[in-house]
Order: sequence, then C-alpha cells, then structure tokens
Amino acid sequence: MIQLKVNGATRQYDGEGEMPLLWYLRDQLQLTGSKFGCGMGLCGACTVHVNGEAARSCLTPMSAVAGKEITTIEGLSANGEHPVQKAWEHVQVPQCGYCQSGQIMQAAALLKEKPKPTDHEIELAMSGNICRCGTYQRIRQAIKIASGQKTGVTA
Amino acid sequence: MSDRIQLASRRDFLTAVFSAGSLILGARLVPAEQITAASDDVKKATWSPNIWIGINSDGSVVIVSHRSEMGTGIRTSLPMVLADELEADWTRVRLQQAIGSDKYGSQDTDGSCSIRDFYETMREAGATARAMLVNAAAGQWSVPLDECFARNHEVVHKNSGRKAGYGQLASAAAKQPLPHNSTIQLKKPSEFRYIGKGVPGYDLKNMCTGHAVYGFDVQVPGMVYASIERAPVIGGTLKSFDDSQVKAVKGFQQTIVIEQAKPPYGFQPLGGVAVIADNTWAAAEGRKKLKAEWESGPNAIFQTATYKRDLIETASKPQKVVRKSGDIDQGFKGAAKVVEATYYTPLLAHAPMEPPAAVAVWRDGKVETWTATQSPQDVQKTVAQAVGIKPEDVICHVTLLGGAFGRKSKPDYVAEAAILSKKVGKPVKIAWTREEDIRFDYYHSTSAMYFKGALDASGKPVAWLQRSVFPPIGSTFDGKSEYGDDGEMSMGWIDVPFEIPNFRAENGPAKAHVRIGWLRSVANVYHAFGVQSFIDELAHAAGQDPVEYWLASLGPARTLDFKGQAEKWSNYGKPPAQYPYETARLRRVVEVVADRSGWANKRSSKRAVGFAAHRSFLSYVATVVEIDIDANGKIRIPRVDIAVDCGPVINPDRVKSQFEGASVFGSGIALLGEITAADGRIEQGNFNNYLVSRMNDAPLETHVHLVPNQDALPTGAGEPGVPPMSPAIYNAVFAATGKRFRELPLKKQKLV
Repeated sequence: MIQLKVNGATRQYDGEGEMPLLWYLRDQLQLTGSKFGCGMGLCGACTVHVNGEAARSCLTPMSAVAGKEITTIEGLSANGEHPVQKAWEHVQVPQCGYCQSGQIMQAAALLKEKPKPTDHEIELAMSGNICRCGTYQRIRQAIKIASGQKTGVTA
Repeated sequence: MSDRIQLASRRDFLTAVFSAGSLILGARLVPAEQITAASDDVKKATWSPNIWIGINSDGSVVIVSHRSEMGTGIRTSLPMVLADELEADWTRVRLQQAIGSDKYGSQDTDGSCSIRDFYETMREAGATARAMLVNAAAGQWSVPLDECFARNHEVVHKNSGRKAGYGQLASAAAKQPLPHNSTIQLKKPSEFRYIGKGVPGYDLKNMCTGHAVYGFDVQVPGMVYASIERAPVIGGTLKSFDDSQVKAVKGFQQTIVIEQAKPPYGFQPLGGVAVIADNTWAAAEGRKKLKAEWESGPNAIFQTATYKRDLIETASKPQKVVRKSGDIDQGFKGAAKVVEATYYTPLLAHAPMEPPAAVAVWRDGKVETWTATQSPQDVQKTVAQAVGIKPEDVICHVTLLGGAFGRKSKPDYVAEAAILSKKVGKPVKIAWTREEDIRFDYYHSTSAMYFKGALDASGKPVAWLQRSVFPPIGSTFDGKSEYGDDGEMSMGWIDVPFEIPNFRAENGPAKAHVRIGWLRSVANVYHAFGVQSFIDELAHAAGQDPVEYWLASLGPARTLDFKGQAEKWSNYGKPPAQYPYETARLRRVVEVVADRSGWANKRSSKRAVGFAAHRSFLSYVATVVEIDIDANGKIRIPRVDIAVDCGPVINPDRVKSQFEGASVFGSGIALLGEITAADGRIEQGNFNNYLVSRMNDAPLETHVHLVPNQDALPTGAGEPGVPPMSPAIYNAVFAATGKRFRELPLKKQKLV
C-alpha cells in the first residue's frame, strides 16, 4: 500500500509499484490535466510537482512517490489564479493547449526556484517541454510577466 | 423565406442544447446560384442546415461549432463572427461542439479553409437572428421597425429609449417570419464589435487549468484500454503470436486480432494484435510481453538511402510536363550563364503532442465515439465500413485536438476502437504511444527536385526548368498513383510567379512504400524549398541582392492564371475570379517584410539574413530570417519577420499566433525533422530521434506584420507561414557561410 497526497488530499494506492504516476493520476483519479506525450521524459507534457519540484510523471513510478505530495495542474491554484496561469491567459499562450499543463507546471517550478529568471535560465528550464504548435515566444513572454520582469503589453 | 437560413426545431439537436421557447436558426452553406439552379425537391433535400445558433430565454446564446479545434482558434473565431453580427455579448455565448453529421456540410477542418468557407455564412446567420429579434421587439412595442436597433444583447427603441433583452425576446422572435436574405443587413466594418479585433479563446481558461478535454482524456463508464502491436513494415502480415506471458500482467483481460489492412490503405485501421486491459499501463505492459511474428511483405525493400538516390535519378531525366511556356531549349542556348541544382527533402511525421486516441462504444448495432478528429464525417464513414454498419449509425463526438497538422483527418485509429468495442462488448479506449504515432504515420512526402536556370548578360532569368519527384498522397488511396495530382502540382509548382519567358515544370513518378498523407502546407513545403532556394541561387549567380532580384524576377503587376501553360491549376479549389493570384499582393508583402526586418541594413552590416516569399492557401507571405552560427556550428534564429496578406483579418491575435507557430514548425522542418526507413521499418520512434523544435532551437522572436486587404476575401492562416521558412533559413545559411546546402534537414550538415 502506497500512501501519497494529491492536490492536498491523502490517497492510497495498492496497484503495481512500477506503474508511472501519470497513469494513476489520469486513469484512476481522472485528473487528466497531466498529459501523455512521449512516455520517455522527452516532452514534458506530463509535468507535475513532487514535493514542489517539477517531475515527469510518465517516468515516475508509484513506488517513488510514497509519502510524497503531488501537485497537478488541477491543484496548482484554486481558480486558475496562479501568476503563471494568469500570465498564460493574458498573453494567450495556448494554441491547441495540449502541452500547456506541462509548460505551466514547469514554469511555476522555475519561478519558485528562481523568481526572476534570465532569458538563459528560462530557456534551460523550459527546453525539455515540447510545444508542436510553437508557442515558445509567448511562453517566454508569459514567464517574464509572471515574474514581474515585463508588463502585460504584447510586443 | 431565405434560401440560406431556416428555422429549426429543438428536435434537430441530439442533446438538449436549448430550452423551450428558444429562437433557433440554422444557416447553410450552399452557393446561391446552386440553389436557384436546383428544383424545389432538390432544394428541400439539400436543405440540411449546417451551422446553428439558438437564443435561450435566459439570454444565453448557444452557437454550434462545426469545425475542429486543433490550435488555430477556429472554434472561437467563427462563432465570434456570428456573435458580432448578432450584436451578442460574447460573455453570454456558449459553444456546443457539433457531432459528425452531413447536415452541417463539410466539417473537414483542413486546408486552412474554415474562415474563407464559412465567414459569410456565419455573418448572415447572426444578422438574420438579429433582424428577427428587432422585428419581435418592434412588434411588442407597436413601433416602426426602423426606430429599433440591436445593441449588446438587447434591442433598443431609439425614440423612447425602451429596451428588451435577447432572452426576453427569444420566444417572440422564434415566431417571426424568417426574413429573406436579400433584406438582411450586414454590419458595416466600422460597426464590428469583435471582427478584426478578436476575443479571448473560448477554451483558453480550461487549457490553463487542465480542464480542457482532448481525445486522449475521454473516459466512459466500464471502459477498457487497448494497445495494438502492428506489423513493423506496412503491408506486413501476422504469422503467429504468443500471449502466454501477457497473461501474467495484472489487469490484463484478453488479446484480440484485428485483421490486416490491404492496400490501398486509405483510412483503414492497419490491423495487428490488440492487448485489452484495465488501464493504459497494463495494456502497454501486456503488449511488451506479447510475442508476435510478422511476414514483412513487399515494402521490406524500402531503404531511404537508395530510395533517395532513385528520386534524384528520376529528377535528372525528362519527365511529364505540367506547365510550359516559351521554348526552354532556345532559352538555354542563348544564355550568358546556366545554373543547375538538385534539392532533396525527407519524409516527415506529424507528431502532434497528443497522439491519436479514441473511445468507442458498440451498442445494438450502433457506434458512439469520442475522438480528436479533424473530420468527424470521415470518422462516421470509416467506422461504419470497419464494423459493417451505416455511417448515420455512427455518432462521433469531437473533442479538442492536441495538435493535428493533418494527421487527425485520417481516422484509422477511431476504427480500431470501434472494431475492438464490437469484439469485446465494452467501451474501448485506444491511445497510441508516441512510437506508434511516429512509426505508423501518414508521412509527409519525401522529394527530389532538379532545377536548371539560364541568365542573360544582365543576370535576368530567361529560362527555367524544374522537375519534382515524390510519392504522392494519391497512392494512399488508390495504391498505385506515382505522379502528383492537380492539388499537389498547384502547391508551389505550377504556380511559380516569376516572369520568365521560357519556363517548364515537370513531375516524375515515385512509388510509395509507406502511407503518404498531407501535413501542414503539404506539397508547398518541398516545392517552396526548391523554388525559393533556387531563385536565391540565381540572385547570387547574377551578383544581385536577393530581394531586389526576386522582385525584378516577379515582373510587373499582373494576375496569373497559367492558362495555356498548365492543364489544370487548382487554386486551392477556389475560382480564380474570386481568389485571383495577384503578383502585386505578393510584391507588397515582400516590400513590407524587407522594410520591417531592416533587410537592407542587415545586408550592408553583413548580418546573415535569408529571404523567401510564397503564396499558398490563397494567402501571400514573405519571410526574412536572421541567423547566428556559433564557433561550434550551432545555429540560432534570433529573429523572423513575416509579412502576411490573408485578406481581411478576422481574429488578428490568432492569425499572428498561427504565423508565430508556423515559424517554429517550419524551422523544425528546416533544421531537425527526418524520417528514415531500413528494410521497410521506420527508424525513428520518439522525440529523442525524431527531433522537433524546442525552445532552445526555435526562433527567439517572430514578428508578424499583417498587411490587411479589405478589398479581398479572407484566405488561409494556419498553413501559409510554413513554406517560406526552410528556404529563408537555408538562404541565410548561404549568406553566413557561403555554403549552399540543398537537403533538409540542416542538422546533417557541417556549418563550420
């Protein structure tokens, strides 16, 4: 039996310890905001926070999250009002939107660690998250706005 | 009674969208001339409305979106057009996604055509509903009609200042006679609330909070999960399989064989051995333990290295002429200089972030499915064929699409879910892995192109020969096509705009060994790479500035129709009279991009800039790319400038976002993307070996310069940004290094 917290609620899991966290979240808890993109930690669509740090849930086995606190996009803020989410909306980052849960979770973790990231730090932190629609320019801009380094006026 | 708009009843809707007493209008898209030409009976028979709006008595407006949302914003933009003409308050609009049904007309969200095909209809539908609301209010107040007008979700009586909300008026409006469309007054552009300005995306908030629902996210009660092992070489057959070890996987339920598809593949499911399990993980684990043996079949001979050599060889010899003017041989004879070049582009995979996924439920001889699809009516047909029922017995719910780029207009994966549900007797979810997505795609075609150009003593091009060879999309559907069809030939091949007295375009045969399909911009991607690279080569051969040379080669302002030169120029299925090819519009975007990018200054200060311009999907696009190459040969793109004339711009921010995205998609094609095969097996399987743009190799800044053209009709925005990217990048690389590379992608080349 594995005990963990997901978005503040205590949960118990008694399935295979090898099963990645992503499938527990999606198939069992119906938290489908975390997405499948590659299954190999190559694209970042499945990014969640494990004890506050960004992690690829497609590669994180359930056995590794015993006793841990998991935050998914659904639990990042009560009403989508995390500064990163607000900036994302303001800049209208999403196109298809599929990768954006992962992008937002990655960016939120970055800002927790580095409240005023430089361009280079943004690029280092975000280059593991693929967006096929190509919203990178707006992601950069939204992170700058969320970190108070830029106002909301679009270029 | 309007020919184009008709009253509908609540019974026309599958689900309860509208409450009793609502005003519901259906608008249809049949050209007026077609209606007048038809008999009354035909008129009735084809009167199945395709776009629906309703106003509930609580004032909420429901607009049915019949286009698929894959990231272009179309699910917002078209309803927004209707809401504008309706004078509706956008915050009180709800969208209802249409299920697949031929009553909507074409729902195929493809070819950058949604705005151009439905803009007018949406306007008429909104204006009709507005007129009926105004009529109802005037009737209730017993005042002359012309003293009343609609404003922001209510009707106002000018003289008394009386007002009535749309909700209050809805049931009275529903009893109004339908105004004839000749009496419908569309708004003047100065009156637009949303058109030309935009509104926040309808799904934006949900996308930022994880609540947006894609095909991959659908769950229905009692659902089981399937994962399919397929023949590694397309056309291969199952010899045997052993699932004894699969049974040890916790959550495993059963294995089911799906019959192998036979060519032509079309949208058929490929077939294979499906592992059915309690959850996604168990299905995938079970599949890993499945032992299947396959007969490779005829495509095992496919090796991309030799195939490439063959394409280039074919392109080196005379082939079928698809356009000619003047006398090419004469043109070469008198030339001061002759330039020859051969270009090559590889197969590409779509790799949308959401791999193909569907849930299907077989029940009592009918199928209900939820899926990310660009074409729900093709889902109906394909599923019906796969399980032996009628298309109208397939209900297709369309979810949001996590990217598509053309992949999700091919519903093979939905048929897999339906077949399995019928066999298992339970709802089945099929969700492809990334490896399946990349190994079993409908690939963007590989091509070889040969060019030969002649310059006169002043450097002017006087003869131009071009040959392209690629396995065509038609091969997927007839199993034998080897030549490009009119559509492929009209994507940047026949429609080369330069004024060259002696011109010949040819196309040679190539046999497909994989499923070939359309990918964002389709044949424009390779044709623009060849043509726009070659004109740059000629500019350098002539010792002239590439942009100046390009504009000089374009020649005087004129309308191109290629009459007498090409047998068929398809112009994206649109009449040239309505959507002419005007070189003046092309010239204008070139001038704008040269100006805004600072082309001349950058050139004189030796910055590495490259340029390309191309018309596709009826839109005119010119692109300047600036690059940096570091000491290790690593390329970065600090800035892209794109000038766009897509006619009047309906939703500017979404148009800009499409071109920003296209610069990333296009630079990925230029720098990174390549699918290869050995013994018929695709060698790539995930983002570690099929590379796509990440933030650290995408352009840093893309500046989109809209060049609105209110006199023209609106044209495509989703695709036209892609084609100029690779040639502009390669032309910039030449400017930086003096090396001319002629093969995509650039990652295979040593830049320093």
